[in-house]
Amino acid sequence: MRERNARLGRWLFLIYLALYGGFVLLNAFSPQTMEWIPLGGINLAVVYGFGLIVAAFVLAMLYGVLCRNDSDDQQLEERP
Amino acid sequence: MNYEPSTLAIVVFLLFVAVTLGLSFYLGSRAKSSQGYFAAHGQIPWFVNGIAFAGDYLSAASFLGICGMIAFYGYDGFLYSIGYLAGWIVALFVIAEPMKRLGKFTFADALDARFGSRGIKLAAGISTLAVSIFYLIPQMVGAGVLIQPLLGFPHWVGVLLVGATVILIVVTAGMVSTTYVQFLKGSLLVVFSLVLTCMILARGFQVQPGGVDGHVFQTLGPFPAAELESSLRDSGRFTGWEPLGATSTSPARYLRTFEAAGDSIVWRFDSGGDDGQQVVLRETQTITVAADGTTSVNGRPPTTGPVEAQLHPVGFVSQLPQGASATGAVGPLGFLSTLQQSEVVLWSSEKVTEADGGVTTVYYPRPTPGSQVLRPGEHPTFRGIRTGGALDKLNFLSLMLALFCGTASLPHILIRYYTVKDEAAARRSTIVGIASIGFFYILTLYIGLGAMTSGALDVTNNNMAAPLLAKSISQWLFAIISAVAFTTVLGTVSGLILASSGAVAHDLMTHALRMDLSGHDQVRVAKIASVVVGAIAIVLGILFKELNVSYLVGWAFSVAASANLPSLVMLLFWKGVTRQGVIAAVVVGMVSSLGWILLSSETFTAVYGLPASSALVPFSQPGIVTIPLGFATLIVVSLLTARRAK
Repeated sequence: MRERNARLGRWLFLIYLALYGGFVLLNAFSPQTMEWIPLGGINLAVVYGFGLIVAAFVLAMLYGVLCRNDSDDQQLEERP
Repeated sequence: MNYEPSTLAIVVFLLFVAVTLGLSFYLGSRAKSSQGYFAAHGQIPWFVNGIAFAGDYLSAASFLGICGMIAFYGYDGFLYSIGYLAGWIVALFVIAEPMKRLGKFTFADALDARFGSRGIKLAAGISTLAVSIFYLIPQMVGAGVLIQPLLGFPHWVGVLLVGATVILIVVTAGMVSTTYVQFLKGSLLVVFSLVLTCMILARGFQVQPGGVDGHVFQTLGPFPAAELESSLRDSGRFTGWEPLGATSTSPARYLRTFEAAGDSIVWRFDSGGDDGQQVVLRETQTITVAADGTTSVNGRPPTTGPVEAQLHPVGFVSQLPQGASATGAVGPLGFLSTLQQSEVVLWSSEKVTEADGGVTTVYYPRPTPGSQVLRPGEHPTFRGIRTGGALDKLNFLSLMLALFCGTASLPHILIRYYTVKDEAAARRSTIVGIASIGFFYILTLYIGLGAMTSGALDVTNNNMAAPLLAKSISQWLFAIISAVAFTTVLGTVSGLILASSGAVAHDLMTHALRMDLSGHDQVRVAKIASVVVGAIAIVLGILFKELNVSYLVGWAFSVAASANLPSLVMLLFWKGVTRQGVIAAVVVGMVSSLGWILLSSETFTAVYGLPASSALVPFSQPGIVTIPLGFATLIVVSLLTARRAK
């Protein structure tokens, strides 16, 4: 169970790392892209920034839901 | 006018602090064992622990520093929010469960779980101390900043007050009460930030000629450059004028005018007119310290009270889309899109030398399009990403890397994994932490931009933006926000002091020095250590008064990430780690990052008062060099020592 959780964690971590890395590199090497206004009069800097915060929450919830099943199983197994 | 203490604010504030202290003493009296003191018996419910994570983490830096940075420079402050939150992903997905599985009281326990080495305990204990003290500085600076407008005391009194209160909390209490204080404070901070944000949105934007005190900032012109003098003469208003701020390499950037009534105003030259070729004079604010030591504010001798308080509050919208004068209530997205098309007056400062050898600090307005406010790269630290220097880009990458890696290496965050029952509880409380912290960070953007357009900013101090914004809305809100911010400082500081005292008593004394201390003695040693660490923090908090607290926290993250993260991560993913490898990595990471910071241009200018050009390292943020250095050290030393062991 522990190994499966760790593997899941690593995958979700890599997904977030790619999102965050993209944001940082875009800021550093192409800051003018951040001024582009993709929707509703709000620029990419704000949209991507909010997106990163929401993505952290979504990935964390996903991890919580997927792991919880595991630990519930574990608790069942551990019960005498 | 910014700093008149109000009775209401003081009453609400004292009530908050009294409740916090009362709760702390009550709970503290119930935890007597060392297990209870350091780790709350591992019995904290995961939801409470999760909000307490937010309480620990959302420090004065998050609240005051980020809001202040956004209020003065726009989007750049929000970069910190994003980096701080991203760090939690590392904590959740990589660190949380192994930390809980391996350790008992402190972060050193987890590092040492496989080896049972005194050296590791020693190195990790010292690094915990170093990071905690570094992280304490901005909290203390924040405390002084808060006390000043609230109770009318000078900065150092605020620092001393917080230090004393926190030492009292930690000495009498321990982890149970610290956790509940954090829970309380974390909830209050998020709830009242939401209230503040709603009020900002309900207020919307208004075009204003000046700040909340009603002072109207004037502009003269535009004139054709050649007709400046004749225009001033023809206006009949001025009895004379002189240029200010000329150096051997650049012409004067300011003009000081004199009026018959004895008033003088310093104006900044700006380009204007339809073609941008004409001259506009913008009214500035000044604090002059003459060669003989006398001070004047905006050209007049100061009245009683702090000099800063006699400057006019600033921060206003100068133009709204379609020439509107006010928007009325706006939605959360409408707020941002409206600002994007408006023009805001931001303020910068510059020191210029007077003809008599005195020094004038000029605070000057910079009308700035909203589209620039909402893009990265306006703050001096980040301007480099726009101008294109490779070193500046590296500096930025370095900071963002340190923020990403730092969270999961902060000792006061790591010890919170020992207050819950098991790994599942550690995981769940991290998720609750991420949700509340993420939500709060979204609010920081609104609070910061709200402060930017509130007309209540103090040009001399960007850390005060959020409380002053609250004051511009209502006295009640100001009192509550200040009290919450103050409990924020109290909470984070007590968490940090607890982490350092645990490191001293548990890692250094008991394990590294092999002193035979009973649980009771350990608690006593920890309490003595708390007093010492608290005293050090008070002194440093007074010394570092000038720096933006967010910036200081960035450094603490760099040290934490460089010293602690390589060992933590490699222990989890590589079987070849040796005892010597861990010790070397912690020591090298800590020494190199601390050394780098002490030799950087920011420290040179802000702390030693030396010119930035004499700094010995090429950019300020160490992370991008010292974090990989920590990893490399660990791998190389482990490989070397593993071979010898064979």
